[in-house]
Amino acid sequence: MTYRIVHYINQFYAGIGGEDAADHKPELRKGFVGPGMQLEKLFDGEGKVVGTVICGDGYYGEHTDQARVECLEMIKGLQPDILFAGPAFNAGRYGFACGDIAATVGEELNIPAVSAMYPENPGVELYSKKTYIAITSDSARGMAKAIPAMVSIGKKLLKGEKMGPARLEGYIHRGIRKSFFHEKSGAERAVEMLLAKLKGEGFRTEYEMPVFNKIQPAPPVKDLSKATIALVSSGGIVPKGNPDHIRVSSAESFGAYDISELKNMTPDNYESIHGGYDREWANVDPDVVLPLDVMRELEAEGVIGKIHPIFYTTTGTGTAVANAERFGKEIGEELKKAGVDAAILTST
Amino acid sequence: MTREIERVAGIPVVQIATIVPIMLTVGTNRIVPGVAIPHPTGNPALGPEGDKEVRRELLLRSFKAMTTPITEQTIFEK
Repeated sequence: MTYRIVHYINQFYAGIGGEDAADHKPELRKGFVGPGMQLEKLFDGEGKVVGTVICGDGYYGEHTDQARVECLEMIKGLQPDILFAGPAFNAGRYGFACGDIAATVGEELNIPAVSAMYPENPGVELYSKKTYIAITSDSARGMAKAIPAMVSIGKKLLKGEKMGPARLEGYIHRGIRKSFFHEKSGAERAVEMLLAKLKGEGFRTEYEMPVFNKIQPAPPVKDLSKATIALVSSGGIVPKGNPDHIRVSSAESFGAYDISELKNMTPDNYESIHGGYDREWANVDPDVVLPLDVMRELEAEGVIGKIHPIFYTTTGTGTAVANAERFGKEIGEELKKAGVDAAILTST
Repeated sequence: MTREIERVAGIPVVQIATIVPIMLTVGTNRIVPGVAIPHPTGNPALGPEGDKEVRRELLLRSFKAMTTPITEQTIFEK
């Protein structure tokens, strides 16, 4: 059979124009355009580019919902077996568009989709877990290698061949771990790694740690005596009985509780449900994790303006980084809306 | 969580916890080292009065942290 290939590219690679044409609306052309020629050639008769969808990067970025629907309709109409998007190299808006349409097509049409980008392209962080992104250099000078990289992954997906690890196949890690039996036990492998490390030799971890972003520190509070301060905790302190069923570990939610009438946390009103530390002390006096009693005193003394009436809480053990970031984002939005000046977050 | 609250709300977020390297890794900007993992803001071994004193000192230090202009991740030691 001949695979039906659809290719997504931007206004620049379609030869329409650069920045001046970035608002170009989605357009469908028959056959290949620009880099699609090489794409089809590499399929060596096994596949044909049946159509190319072209959209300006500015248009996709500024009218994403609309652009996504329009492009998806065009692609769907071509009844493709696979979508290729890009390569986008290090072009940020193009990378965003490629990642977004590839992820959308994969999900909506249930066909393979492959894009290609430089690892630092912002599209990578947004879409690498949702679609295959082949690794490219940072500019179009790397085109000669980028297209074969996309095609190689695409062919495997089309033929249902076993996909190997990202570092061997040349795509960006999707955060998927596959289980298999190793001839050596984990203990042996760990000691081997340690010995290699001690000898100053290279070794490869079997469990990569997540990379966290750093941000510019927020400006300080100007007048503490007028400031509203929020209390937040990942120490698992919840109203007694855990009314919202926050999980004791690997939390998927956080709670927001009114503490405006509360002077002190006692075993009668609050408790710890955290599954990652010895709760003995926290359940005698929750203030050792969430310092409400002394905060109230400092509020009464006028050291601070007031304590924010709502207290936010979850359990921070085994919690997925993505969930922790989502909690932070949602809590941050609420604090911003409420005009809170600063927060104290306690963790165990 | 600390970093995202600070980023989204644009306000200083002081984190009190015991394992400082984790706070540095996850991007906390204003760090106040806590007492112990199961009781970061108190020390029950010191009795009720001592426990509260520890808590007061930690909170006053947190207030200092949130009112201090900083340009990078900073640990506010006693």
